[in-house]
This record gives sequence, structure tokens and C-alpha cells, in this order.
Amino acid sequence: MQKTIITVVGKDTVGIIAKVCTYLAENQVNILDISQTIVQEYFNMMMIVDANNSAKATGELADDLDALGQEIGVKIRCQREEIFEKMHRI
Amino acid sequence: MINIYEVNETNKMVEQENLDVRTITMGISLLDCCDENLEKLNEKIYEKITRLAKNLVSTGEAISKEFGIPIVNKRISVTPIALVGGSACHSPEDFVTIAQTLDRAAKTVGVNFLGGYSALVSKGMTQADRNLILSIPKALATTERVCSSVNVGSTKTGLDMDAIKLMGEIVKQTAEETKEQDSLGCAKLVVFCNAPDDNPFMAGAFHGVTEADVIINVGVSGPGVVKTALEQVRGENFEVLCETVKRTAFKVTRVGQLVAQEASARLGVPFGIVDLSLAPTPAVGDSVAEILEEMGLESVGAPGTTAALALLNDQVKKGGVMASSYVGGLSGAFIPVSEDQGMIDAVVRNALTIEKLEAMTCVCSVGLDMIAIPGDTPASTISGIIADEAAIGMINQKTTAVRLIPVIGKGVGETVEFGGLLGYAPIMPVNPFSCEAFVNRGGRIPAPIHSFKN
Repeated sequence: MQKTIITVVGKDTVGIIAKVCTYLAENQVNILDISQTIVQEYFNMMMIVDANNSAKATGELADDLDALGQEIGVKIRCQREEIFEKMHRI
Repeated sequence: MINIYEVNETNKMVEQENLDVRTITMGISLLDCCDENLEKLNEKIYEKITRLAKNLVSTGEAISKEFGIPIVNKRISVTPIALVGGSACHSPEDFVTIAQTLDRAAKTVGVNFLGGYSALVSKGMTQADRNLILSIPKALATTERVCSSVNVGSTKTGLDMDAIKLMGEIVKQTAEETKEQDSLGCAKLVVFCNAPDDNPFMAGAFHGVTEADVIINVGVSGPGVVKTALEQVRGENFEVLCETVKRTAFKVTRVGQLVAQEASARLGVPFGIVDLSLAPTPAVGDSVAEILEEMGLESVGAPGTTAALALLNDQVKKGGVMASSYVGGLSGAFIPVSEDQGMIDAVVRNALTIEKLEAMTCVCSVGLDMIAIPGDTPASTISGIIADEAAIGMINQKTTAVRLIPVIGKGVGETVEFGGLLGYAPIMPVNPFSCEAFVNRGGRIPAPIHSFKN
């Protein structure tokens, strides 16, 4: 299964997770794992998702999430898992 | 499974430390375009390049977006044109038409540089080689994206001193032809010894005759990532220092390997090599000089610089080789002056001279790169510098190169601005004593002996 990593970084505010999850649900993206921390009032979240059933390609999801992030005032990145897997695992 | 710290580390490298894939370069063989008719030859070249590289730029952009890693350049390298144009071109002017065709093809497919306007003359020049070399000043002055290189020597053949003499004059003429743009043409012209067939980096890229019809080569970068990693081990011993460089180089190269495989699969073109080079840019925090200074030098150019660079180059290779299935090209640390803010600063504070740079090229790839010199430097002196650099490559069985820019109308103390990735450079003084009688001898320097290594 091809996995996708979504990261959200920015100033903490109400409803960040809700908005991101709503978008993902609307686009048939299944969330497999969430980890989240707050460092000095900065919100830092990583989601591992399965976007194989989504009608949108990874590139389109990345564009949409980037726009959503700008709306909420946080930085959202959506990247294929291989980039991290390759770099950190032999 | 991947954890949040690993994800953050990777993204920090991209966002704050200038990690990127410097180039995806498609190598295209033009040998099957050969024709006696110049017009037909030009048509075939244009058709083949635009057909094969049609999706190169869009594929690069798609990969960049999906993986969240910048891919700065998409480029093309072709078979050395002296070989392709040999039967159709009877004068330097004929060769210039091919340069213009290449420029047009590059613009059509949207690549920013196309390399391979080249001649391989390490032992001697054919009439076609000579015509191509003579056409270089005009070719570079009348095109925008074409890059040229000439291989004038190798460990196996020795040095072609006739070609080296000619190249000193050609560099001067190219500077003269492009003097309105601060002699920018010379930034697109490299003189090599032991040139590799699979180099993805400009201006010296060409698609060697030993290569397949089409291949994808990828050049990685990441001086900023290495520098940041070294900040964490200040004061530690050399073992720790070396391990840190190696680990970082591994991570950087893995990204290149991933991008290369992905691009190769999507374009349906075989994967050639990953070039491990640490390639700086003028951006702050993307400098090879700063890595050397982080190791403990007050300024690059200080005693210890050559040792520090040797260490860096070797550890980058050791880490990188394990990260990629095929490594090739130039693979080492680049030390261009104008493209590296740390090098520029060192020149300005008089810590770095051409002579020290020459010593540094003995232990790293590639050579005297992007160095601005006074416009009134004699052609024979430029030939002498090329001969020195080529001799280092020949004797040490490594690639060396020279990319000097004699800036017409400017002298020591002045600055020249090339813009973009090419950066800017203070003009460096050149040793004023003449080597004219040496260069004018003509003929070849024989291949070196491969025994009695001292």
C-alpha cells in the first residue's frame, strides 16, 4: 500500500485537526495514524494516510492542503512516504 | 513505521538547509542523427531531442510536488557535437547552426541548459574537432542555453598541448564575443582532463559515446545540510566529524536515488547514475566553503583547507556510494568561486588565491571553476593555467576542469555579476609571469607512467 504523510506545523488554534480531517474525509483519504505535539505554542502534527481510494492524485491533494493551510494560518505538507522511508531506513 | 521526528528532520533539511535535487539530466545520443546534409542533420537533432525530452520538465515538477523536494534544474546532455556534425559541417559556421538548433530544442522542451557542444581531443584533433572548437565563441554568443566543453587530456593519453594552446585563445575570444554581458559566454565553457561520460552537471555535461541511447542522470546537492549537521559536533574529534559527514551524505544521496528511479520509471528511460557532488549555490547557507570553516578554519584558504576538503570529499563519497545503486559523474565537492558565498567572502578578504584553489582541486572534484580573472590576461597564460590543471588530473587519475572568465574591460578589485545560480565574483589576480614560450612549443605531453607512485 502506498502511504502518504501529511504534516501540519504552525501556531496552535481551534479546529486545525477538524478542518484537515474533514477535507480528508471528503476526499476518501483514510487516516492510519496521527501523532501530535505542541512545542512552545506551536502545533506540530503528522498523519500517515492511505490516499489510494481518493479520486485526487498526491500532487492535487498537496495543492489543496497547501491552500487549506494558508486559510487556517498553518503550513500543511502532503508528501509520499517513500522520501522519508528512503532517507531514514536502509 | 516512520515517526514524527524523522519526518520533521527531512522537512527541516528542505525548508531551512537548502536540500534539493540539483538536476535531472536526460542524456540523449545523437549518433543516429548523423547525416551529410547539414539541414537534414539539424532537423533530425531537433526532432529527436524534442521527442524524447518532451515530458522531462513536467515529470520533474510532478515528482517535486509529490515528494515535497525541490528539483532545481531539468537539463539535457547530448553526444559531443564534433562527432555528430563531422560529416555535415565543413566550417566553424556550419557548426554554429547546430548550436542554434540545440538552443531552439532546449527552449521548446523548457530546459534551462543543454550540454554537449563538445569535442574530445585528448590525443589529437580531427578537422571536425578543430572546426567545432573554433566555432565555440560564436556558438556561445548567439545561443542562450547551450553549454560547451572540450576534453584536452587524459591519464591514458597524456595532454594535447595543441588543443590546450587553442583553448586559451578560444576562452579569450568567447569572453570578447560576450563582453556586453561581462563575458558570460565563458561561464558556459569548460575545459576538461579525464572528462566523465555521464556527468549531469553543467556546464560540462555531455552524453558520452559509451552510453545507451537515452538515460536519466541525477545530481544531488546539500552543502547546507552537511554544514548544519557539523554544527552539532563542534569540537569533537575527526572520527565523529567523518561519521557525521558520511551519515548526512547518505541521507542526501538517498533522496537523489529515489528521484532518479522515479523519473526513470515515469519517463520510460533507463536510470544511469546519481552524481554525489556537493554543489553550492550563492544562497546563504548553501556553501561548501562554510562547511570547511565549520570544521575549524577561520577562513577557507587558510592552512588546513586542502586537508579539510580531502576529508569532506572522501566522506561524501563513502556515505553516498552506499545510498545509490549506481554512482558516477563528477561525484565530489564542487568549489566554484562565484557560485559559493563563502568562497566569494574568502577572496574578498584575501584569504583565497588561484594557487590555493589549484591545490584544493587535487583532492576534490572538479577544478578551477567560475573564477573571474582580469580581461587583459594573455591567452597563453590561460593555456598555462589549463595545462597545470589538466596535468593534476592526468597524473592523479581524476577529472579536473577549468572554467575561467577573463572579464573584458575589468581588472583586479572589480566585481562581475552573472546572476541566478551563476552568482557574482570578485576578479582575482593571476600570476603575471609569462608561460608563452612553453605553451607555444606545440605537440603533446606523453601519457604518464603508472608505476613508481610518489
